[in-house]
Amino acid sequence: MPTLIVDGIEVTVPVGATVLQACEAAGKEIPRFCYHERLSIAGNCRMCLVEIAPGPPKVQASCAMPAADKQIITTNSAKVKKAREGVMEFLLINHPLDCPICDQGGECDLQDQAMAYGRGTTRYDENKRAVTEKYMGPLVKTVMTRCIHCTRCVRFAEEVAGVEEIGAIGRGEGMQITTYLEHAAKSEMHANIIDLCPVGALTSKPYAFEARSWELKTTASIDVMDAVGSNIAVASRGNEVMRVLPRLNEDINEEWISNKTRFAIDGLTKRRLDKPYVRKNGKLVEASWNEAFATIKEALTGVSGNEIAAIAGDLADMETMIALKDLLGALGSTRVDAREDAAAFDAKSRASYIFNSTIAGIEKADLCLLVGTNPRLEAAIINTRLRKSVRKHGLKVINLGPVSDLTYPVTQLGTDISILKGIANGSHPFAEQLKTAKNPIIILGTAALARADGGHILAAARSIADKYAMVKDGFNGFNVLQTSASRVGALDIGFATDGAIPAILSDAAAGKLKVVFNYGADNIDSAALNNAFTIYIGTHGDAGVKSAAVILPSAAYTEKSATYVNTEGRAQQTQKAVFPVGDAREDWTIIRALSGVLGKTLPYDDVHALRISNIVKATPAWSAFGESGDISSGPVVLSITDYYQTNVVARASETMAECSRVGRGDPQLMAAE
Amino acid sequence: MLADKDRIFTNIYGFQPWGLAAAQKRGDWDGTKKLLEVGADAIVEAIKASGLRGRGGAGFSTGMKWSFMPKESKDGRPSYLVINADESEPGTCKDREIMRHDPHKLLEGALIGGFAMRAVAAYIYIRGEYVHEAHRLQTAIDEAYAKGFIGKNACGSGYNFDIYLHRGAGAYICGEETALLESLEGKKGQPRLKPPFPAGVGLYGCPTTVNNVESIAVVPTILRRGAAWFAGIGRANNTGTKLFCISGHVNKPCNVEEAMGISFRELIETHCGGIRGGWDNLLAVIPGGSSVPCVPAAQIMDAPMDFDGLRDLKSGLGTAAVIVMDKSTDIVKAIARLSYFYKHESCGQCTPCRVGTAKAGKLMQEPVWDGATLEDLAQVMSDASICGLGQAAPNPIRSIQKYFPDEVSEAAWKGKLPSPGEPLTTEHSIHGETK
Repeated sequence: MPTLIVDGIEVTVPVGATVLQACEAAGKEIPRFCYHERLSIAGNCRMCLVEIAPGPPKVQASCAMPAADKQIITTNSAKVKKAREGVMEFLLINHPLDCPICDQGGECDLQDQAMAYGRGTTRYDENKRAVTEKYMGPLVKTVMTRCIHCTRCVRFAEEVAGVEEIGAIGRGEGMQITTYLEHAAKSEMHANIIDLCPVGALTSKPYAFEARSWELKTTASIDVMDAVGSNIAVASRGNEVMRVLPRLNEDINEEWISNKTRFAIDGLTKRRLDKPYVRKNGKLVEASWNEAFATIKEALTGVSGNEIAAIAGDLADMETMIALKDLLGALGSTRVDAREDAAAFDAKSRASYIFNSTIAGIEKADLCLLVGTNPRLEAAIINTRLRKSVRKHGLKVINLGPVSDLTYPVTQLGTDISILKGIANGSHPFAEQLKTAKNPIIILGTAALARADGGHILAAARSIADKYAMVKDGFNGFNVLQTSASRVGALDIGFATDGAIPAILSDAAAGKLKVVFNYGADNIDSAALNNAFTIYIGTHGDAGVKSAAVILPSAAYTEKSATYVNTEGRAQQTQKAVFPVGDAREDWTIIRALSGVLGKTLPYDDVHALRISNIVKATPAWSAFGESGDISSGPVVLSITDYYQTNVVARASETMAECSRVGRGDPQLMAAE
Repeated sequence: MLADKDRIFTNIYGFQPWGLAAAQKRGDWDGTKKLLEVGADAIVEAIKASGLRGRGGAGFSTGMKWSFMPKESKDGRPSYLVINADESEPGTCKDREIMRHDPHKLLEGALIGGFAMRAVAAYIYIRGEYVHEAHRLQTAIDEAYAKGFIGKNACGSGYNFDIYLHRGAGAYICGEETALLESLEGKKGQPRLKPPFPAGVGLYGCPTTVNNVESIAVVPTILRRGAAWFAGIGRANNTGTKLFCISGHVNKPCNVEEAMGISFRELIETHCGGIRGGWDNLLAVIPGGSSVPCVPAAQIMDAPMDFDGLRDLKSGLGTAAVIVMDKSTDIVKAIARLSYFYKHESCGQCTPCRVGTAKAGKLMQEPVWDGATLEDLAQVMSDASICGLGQAAPNPIRSIQKYFPDEVSEAAWKGKLPSPGEPLTTEHSIHGETK
């Protein structure tokens, strides 16, 4: 552990730390553009200059200099100040003075550091260099004249996102950052380069000229586009969500978010249900809340408990599911479920449906078996963590399922899921690798469990985990990768019955169910509900409303404080950034109000009371789950084929539709056009 | 003057054939096995004792450099020798002649050097423009393989050693050793950050030494004739012979092998037939390729041409590419042209060089220089650039400011302006038309 003296302050830093990190440890601010903790060191902006003794008698870039014992670092001498002023002046020579019309204005590293470390005036009045814009897809807007060539975007694309599509062409002053042949970057993560860009060269295309950073109110919240639960900051102005930015959480998303998390938000203002509707003579007509509730009360009259069911979709929050379950209980029914795909989870054993190793725990693993999942589409953040582990810790990834490009090397075992049997009984050659691995993990996709023999697959996966010592003290390598934000929470509170939603749908179609509460389940064939009186509680006019007899408009995830449990089993809360649109109400309050109308008033008056009465049970130990049986051969059909169109918000979003179109390879702008 | 018997490159002018048979007549590949038998450490010691300093420009002790290489591989990584044949420094054409007319000297040196640093292979990175030279070198490599001089059990020594030729694509920056390694690995030719140094983490992450062609090509002769012989030529700490490439305003520009420390006057008088128009007509000399500062006539005339002698003049021997300029030269225009070269060749990686070379080019076209601003510009470039290109690029500007400030003064500009009534012509235009 080297000990250095930085401006007279003695600091000790870990071996391998750089001088820049040592300066930060001493509380000194070092200006920088190219340096970023999560990317490789480029050392090309030359802004982080300090004096280092012993060493050459000139200033040196601190970001690339290893900290060594007994170094004496000076960060505040006149020489350092002048050198930094010089580099800053260089950076500004070609940087346009268009801050007033630049979306980065107000949150620009170059602006801030020019104020702090630059000269007040310029001495150069020659013409500035100009660069043509580059097409980078529907998400990233480019103004390449502003680029200072820090190459953060290039390094992000190559190292974190794993797509070698952004690079620099030309040399010297002719160097330009561009995507390969100006095609849209094909990655689920590349919009993070907007945050990484220290200047206004790469900005958000959908957000262009929408708002200034100082006008926005920021609300710390949670993303629900997938089951990862990325931590986000929702920036709003008035009652409109303007943008979503990542929030640091080392255990989940580090400081990245996926493109869908960031850009699906324009779906929050489109196709919204802003009034209750009641179906009259086959047509949905606007109604008041009282009218809607009265219609429901009437429909429930004389219906016995076993003719009522409730289903919840992928964006359902826990509070509402608890309330809905309680309401159905009061009405005499236990028929509730939130599994749109009938995945064979054992709700009694929590370990059977969560990502036990945790996302950060992936970095401890040395061998990973993927079964019936495409983490790149189902959980881009987890795929990024897998890639990080492959790069930094030598993780080996083996895939059993449909082949897909996961951005890192993958050994393909085959697409036939019955190979799992061979691995479970040790006869498959891959079993040898599993035996010798120190910390193997298995990641089971929900698509594999949604097959008819899903229970058998679950049991086989469990026996693999047992056989190859994936479960040990302090580490559990048995992982299920959920795809919807509501799933783990629903299973935690027992919002599940045999047969899951498909069974409810078939019963409804057969006329066995008279009334069905549909809480935002849109990824189903809703025609099956046409025979039942369906109460749709949701945010968007998507598939679910087609069969609805009554529509009760509810709040989207940015409009309520609600609890979601991510795939790791980690409970987190969204926060209310804006108010629900129109007459829409927060979801759980709708159920609570309805319960009053139905004369079955639920025993909680505020959300805290609701939460307190239903604290999630402690995680059960590694107990038995799954059912033994044969696995039929055949491939797993993955649940997600179009990453950008997975839920109602994303389907309502024009940005996501454009991304989907570009992703399909439909006609797009070419470089020459 | 160097005696003919002491010349290493006996076929530098190509008067004899370049192929293997002729090379063997000149003594190449003669008893190479014996040279190797003394052992790797003894070879390194001999090179150290000879005082050979790197001929690529920096002048670092070659033997010392070799001794930085690991004696054994602790983690299974092989070591490599990389030979820098990306000779692009303006004014320099010595390696070209070696590869053209004496390629076997280089190959034998590669084997001995590679053996001494326990390298498994040598990569020769030749600049793209050297098409003819690349063909010859490849033919020479094939000849050596066919004879068993290199490859498995090279020269019967029991040592396996391969030589690969790799052609560059014509970027000046790829002559910088770490940019060369990047380019060799198939990446964009941009210098790496140091540390780590190539001796620890070089080509493909393995220990690597990068040597100039001339440094390697002289090694077999040094070992054959003894370190003492080589150390006996030239001055203390600046020993041996050196290929000088004299260009510009001399009567007979030439490449010539001479003893280190020969005076500039003797070099020019003996081999180049004197300065064009006599010694009084000498204006300035760039003694080591465009990257070193130029030296005015009065200081250079009797200066010793070696690393330390020219360092004392605040210049350097560099690649020993002596560019002579007489008084017909528009020195500012000449220097501005060099600056344009750096702008064109800057790789664009780091800010000071990318922006500085371009801005310097523009500022140098001003008839009257803004001295303070240019000096600040030069300071940032030499302080903050990653590699030698950016650090050396302001040298030409500084030499003008130092030695020829009058040329860019307001008075000089007024003197060039037309008298009243006379039309303004291009003659009255600015110094450097570098577009």
